[in-house]
Amino acid sequence: MEITGAQALIKSLEEQGTDVIFGLPGGAILPVYDPILDSSIRHILVRHEQGAGHMAEGYALATGRPGVAMVTSGPGATNIVTPLANAYMDSTPLVVVSGQVSRAAIGTDAFQECDITGVTSGITKHNWLVTDANDLPRIVAEAFHVATTGRPGPVLIDVPKDVAQSMMTWNGPATEADLDLPGYRPTKGVDHEVIAQAIAMILEAKRPVLYVGGGVLQGNASAALRALAERLGVPVVTTLMARGAFPDTHPQHLGMPGMHGHYTAIMAIQRADLLVSLGARFDDRVTGKLDGFAPVAKIIHLDVDRAEHGKVRRPDLSIVANASEAVPALAEAAASVTPSDLRAWWDELHGYQAKHPLAYDPIDGNGLLKPQMVVETLNALAPAGTIVASGVGQHQMWASQYWQFEEPRTWINSGGAGTMGFAVPSAIGAKVGRPDRTVWAIDGDGCFQMTAQELVTARAEGIPIKVAILNNAYLGMVRQWQEMFYEERYSEVYLSPDLPNYVQWAEAMGCVGIRVDDPADVASAIERANSIDDRPVVIDFRTDASEKVFPMVPAGATNDEVLVHPSQRLHS
Amino acid sequence: MTPEAVDHELPAEEKRHHVLSVLVENKAGVLSRVAGLFSRRGFNIFSLAVAPTDDSHRFSRITIVVDAASAPLEQIVNQLDKLINVVEISHVNEHQVVERELLLASITVPTDQMATAISLCANFDAEVVDAGAGEITVMLADHPDKINAFQELLSGYTVDQLHRTGLVALPKLITQ
Repeated sequence: MEITGAQALIKSLEEQGTDVIFGLPGGAILPVYDPILDSSIRHILVRHEQGAGHMAEGYALATGRPGVAMVTSGPGATNIVTPLANAYMDSTPLVVVSGQVSRAAIGTDAFQECDITGVTSGITKHNWLVTDANDLPRIVAEAFHVATTGRPGPVLIDVPKDVAQSMMTWNGPATEADLDLPGYRPTKGVDHEVIAQAIAMILEAKRPVLYVGGGVLQGNASAALRALAERLGVPVVTTLMARGAFPDTHPQHLGMPGMHGHYTAIMAIQRADLLVSLGARFDDRVTGKLDGFAPVAKIIHLDVDRAEHGKVRRPDLSIVANASEAVPALAEAAASVTPSDLRAWWDELHGYQAKHPLAYDPIDGNGLLKPQMVVETLNALAPAGTIVASGVGQHQMWASQYWQFEEPRTWINSGGAGTMGFAVPSAIGAKVGRPDRTVWAIDGDGCFQMTAQELVTARAEGIPIKVAILNNAYLGMVRQWQEMFYEERYSEVYLSPDLPNYVQWAEAMGCVGIRVDDPADVASAIERANSIDDRPVVIDFRTDASEKVFPMVPAGATNDEVLVHPSQRLHS
Repeated sequence: MTPEAVDHELPAEEKRHHVLSVLVENKAGVLSRVAGLFSRRGFNIFSLAVAPTDDSHRFSRITIVVDAASAPLEQIVNQLDKLINVVEISHVNEHQVVERELLLASITVPTDQMATAISLCANFDAEVVDAGAGEITVMLADHPDKINAFQELLSGYTVDQLHRTGLVALPKLITQ
């Protein structure tokens, strides 16, 4: 059957199970937008291409399926560079289709031309410039295969306009045998001898810790993780990327490690004699100063990506495997052993928990809301299974600290890249992927201003997310550093609480806008927002700018130098 | 310096560089992906040679000499292996490999010294491949250590242009 390249592209996306594309058309991608009218795929028209990328990320993080975005050439493509970089850092599977100028015009500085495969080569797992429409079914299949297997990641397919317009012979969708990827061999299988060695090392350890990263969520290995942890009685910490991989209410869960982690999670790692890293990558925000990180611990490192082994810390035992296979194998091996006695270790850990729980000051004379209290109330009133998205900064850390995550894929955030403005679009993408769930974006006022226009998309497309702005009128995390490390010299961090007027702005975008100044109104405003399901809701919570995120490991310090909340320092 | 004086062992030199032989798909942009990876990860390339293999439609071979001080070899290999177009990487052990490099140089030689210069070249098995007025172009294809020695010898003359290709390598054949 003779069809156009554009039709072949859309058919191939359908064959890959794509149910939604986030995108915005333009000149070079025009031919591809025509067959979308006849496709079963839902297209969500964004207001800025960055929004399309983050929505696709939110969709992928909430569902585990690859997110798909479509943009035009030149500025359309460069506007999605930040989401690609973000997805690359967090290993999120994305397939981005970009338009390109016609083949004959490539390299001539044509209108809206940009070498986007060149620009994105360092921030995609792979990319393709399609030069023949007949290659489209194979390339689309390769793109999904590469994005979703091994260590997942974003990919980009650049389609010149004349390739989309030209005729090709459709011989049905590409099969696995059609893939032409001689250099791509994603990690498969588990070495059961190494698994047995790992279990033996855990049994020998006096102070073991399971250090759980995003790989466990990517590998859908939460149930196996729980079986493993419960069987061996070993404490668990979950990184920012792994929140929800292990229930926060579980007695073996010590919380999040790292720069703004829970004191007990940080100290458990510092004191551990064995650190079992499951799908984590020893990120600098977790390790602090490297030579003081987990100073007495042996390391077991499980990661699907061979290059992560020894990149930061040399492991004593490497498990090069996907968490989807290796964590169940560990749980299975653990089932037939006698767990060791870790009571002395737990006594020590319970001592840390009693001494340094999360803490914040009660509301003081100024009457301003405490951001931590807002997050706690949001959490307390949230329907079961609520998904939380966040931007980047203080509000992100408070969301991670004070929300009780109980199940996988309920926490959508920008970890590695730290992309401000992530919350609103990623919450929209999560809600599209999981329409059955309540989705709250917990955002900062600085972040909200970067991508808020996508609430127009949300209203227009009937995607009723909820946004809680923790409005302290500052770029709060930068303000915190300036207060603590730059002698309170506040440089370019003040934003004003009233400019913009968030309620009016929300209403102008077709949302319900609510402003909360009085602590007594927090719960009722949240309840009202939770009861609205026909449009997005934005609540402007006026919070106390003097609040800082604690605990905190100062940059360049070791984790042993963690600063707890000032109220706890006298006792330490 | 005579060829006999050249120390072919040069143990310090061995540790400074790793030689990687990388089989890649012969597709547009592959060299830029490899070079981009090296710069992005802070690995320093000492020399790089690219050419098609016998299966020239599908594969090319890149021989990369990497500054060993810039990163652990294992990290370089593992990161390189993640590039989708990279098919196979071999770390070339200097004792189990045949290495060659080619040098071309144009040198100005006073007429009365021309005969000496040409005989010095002959000592190295270098060839005179072009000649002009008071000037010759010489070529040497040999082990990089010998090329180094030859280059040093040439520095006694006025070198107008000098060009080295970078190293290429193949594993040594097994001899029973």
